[in-house]
Amino acid sequence: MGVKLLLEKAHVEGIRHYDVYRREGGYRSVEKVLKTMSPDAVTEEVKKAGLRGRGGAGFPAGMKWSFLAKPEGIPRHLVCNADESEPGTFKDRYLMEFLPHLLIEGLIVASYALGSNATYIYIRGEYAWITDILENAIAEAKANGWLGNNIQGSGFNCEIYVQRGAGAYICGEETALIESLEGKRGNPRIKPPFPAVKGVWDRPTVVNNVETLAAVVPIINMGGDEYAKIGVGKSTGTKLISACGNINKPGVYEIDMTISVEEFIYSDEYCGGIKDGKKLKACIPGGSSVPILPANLLLKTAKGETRYMNYESLSDGGFATGSMMGSGGFIVLDEDQCVVKNTYTLARFYRHESCGQCSPCREGTGWMEKILKAIETGKGKMSDIDLLWDIQRKIEGNTICPLGDAAAWPVAAAIRHFRDEFEWHVKNPQECLTRNYGLAHYADPIHVPV
Amino acid sequence: MIKFSEEKLNKVQEIIRRYPEGKQKSAVIPVLHLAQEEYGWLSAETMDYVASLLRIEPIEVYEVATFYSMFNLKPVGKFLFEVCQTGPCMISGSDNIIEYIKQRLGIGVGETTPDGLFTLKTVECLGACGYAPMMQLGKHYREHLTKDRVDQIIEECRKNAGMLN
Repeated sequence: MGVKLLLEKAHVEGIRHYDVYRREGGYRSVEKVLKTMSPDAVTEEVKKAGLRGRGGAGFPAGMKWSFLAKPEGIPRHLVCNADESEPGTFKDRYLMEFLPHLLIEGLIVASYALGSNATYIYIRGEYAWITDILENAIAEAKANGWLGNNIQGSGFNCEIYVQRGAGAYICGEETALIESLEGKRGNPRIKPPFPAVKGVWDRPTVVNNVETLAAVVPIINMGGDEYAKIGVGKSTGTKLISACGNINKPGVYEIDMTISVEEFIYSDEYCGGIKDGKKLKACIPGGSSVPILPANLLLKTAKGETRYMNYESLSDGGFATGSMMGSGGFIVLDEDQCVVKNTYTLARFYRHESCGQCSPCREGTGWMEKILKAIETGKGKMSDIDLLWDIQRKIEGNTICPLGDAAAWPVAAAIRHFRDEFEWHVKNPQECLTRNYGLAHYADPIHVPV
Repeated sequence: MIKFSEEKLNKVQEIIRRYPEGKQKSAVIPVLHLAQEEYGWLSAETMDYVASLLRIEPIEVYEVATFYSMFNLKPVGKFLFEVCQTGPCMISGSDNIIEYIKQRLGIGVGETTPDGLFTLKTVECLGACGYAPMMQLGKHYREHLTKDRVDQIIEECRKNAGMLN
């Protein structure tokens, strides 16, 4: 069993409620920082811990905190990004649904470090019942003196409010989230100025993912140095992985980033192997926008080394032969899945979610969807494959926010690794309607004798 | 005439107090949620009412209401089936579930049954990928959908509708 820092108590009966959570050692980190640490010392611990943003970008959280501008007399805000919308990702939902007080505790500590007296949780609109769970937890925390004015006699004041979105993937991008919190359409802003200088209502703002803020609790409890000892290299601490697709045990797992991809997929502690005894074909290891990898490149790197579930190893080989840790949304495709169809549904998703501000993304995502649909339904031409490649290349890097990249990468990776499957669709327009291409040479090199 | 109850009006004031003085525009999404809960969808009249509550221009409400996919800009059935069709749900069989619901209800995607009970919509990823296929029904998710589960849900809705009438 790997080390559990976040989900250790997830199965304790009644942990959703304050009394049980407190009895299990909850809110110790708030006591510790309010009684013994300065706000800057808290930031220092998070830096020492090497905690990387868990929303997808992997930017060091402590560094992000230290960029926060602190002009005299202007309030600052912490905003928790709970807009989890990347296909394949449902880890924040699990955390909030079962351990709401862990997030609230992390938010209080982070608010103290950053000097935020009004902190907002921006949650995706569809998670309506989780909004109630969080609001109950906030009310309980407040009734017990962990929120409000002069918390535990420290002189620190803090309120936490939950704001529901209303269905827009783009609001997971921090500047779009800020626009939405201001009551506008979720159109990302041009940076600079960065939110750390000019965020919500033009005030200095830090936006962090749910899991990142929850991780602050064990960091404070055990100390940044101890936290950094868990994991490997720059992948410190633990990471939540939400696993889905054609596996025996879909769900949310906490890993310490030293296990191999093979162990994660096949061991009974995690995914429990491929469903119905089928073979592994491909996997999107970090949420739908990261490159899809065929089984042979997923389990081993191009150099033939074991691939591990951490930031460095998953991106080994760059986009040519690697992928990314991303948000930890681990999507497994078995031998019966069609990569073209999967890519088409993702292209449709990104077209639907493009805010429409930048032409390359607004127009390009629509083109990609249309062309992929044509290929998938046997109406594609050979030249369409090159056209797709050309379109994705013209979107990537040419938009205000990373949604353009997020839309381009899955298409690029699908063509890069599965080009013959696209060509087979074009050459077999009738057959591709009734059966899928199958495994071919992508077979899992470990579990399928070649 | 669109008008919130006293209780809802108090809720609006409570929401406005979450933001700094003069930033009540931030309340537009939460207040539109309140309005949609009340009326089922957002008519121009409803949006104008929300604008007046927040002392902002109607256009500021329209542009938000048209941007976010959860806001219904036309009437929907009493029970709105929003079935996810993105990658992870697709590879877990959402296509078959959507087809089955269409057949059971005798409507296409985006349509409402003649009795006004059911509307079927397809949506993009709702963050339930590990419990696919799934749909949203009101405030909650219905996960691990099978044909039997769909039958049960439809039955349950019909029963609830009977009790409401």
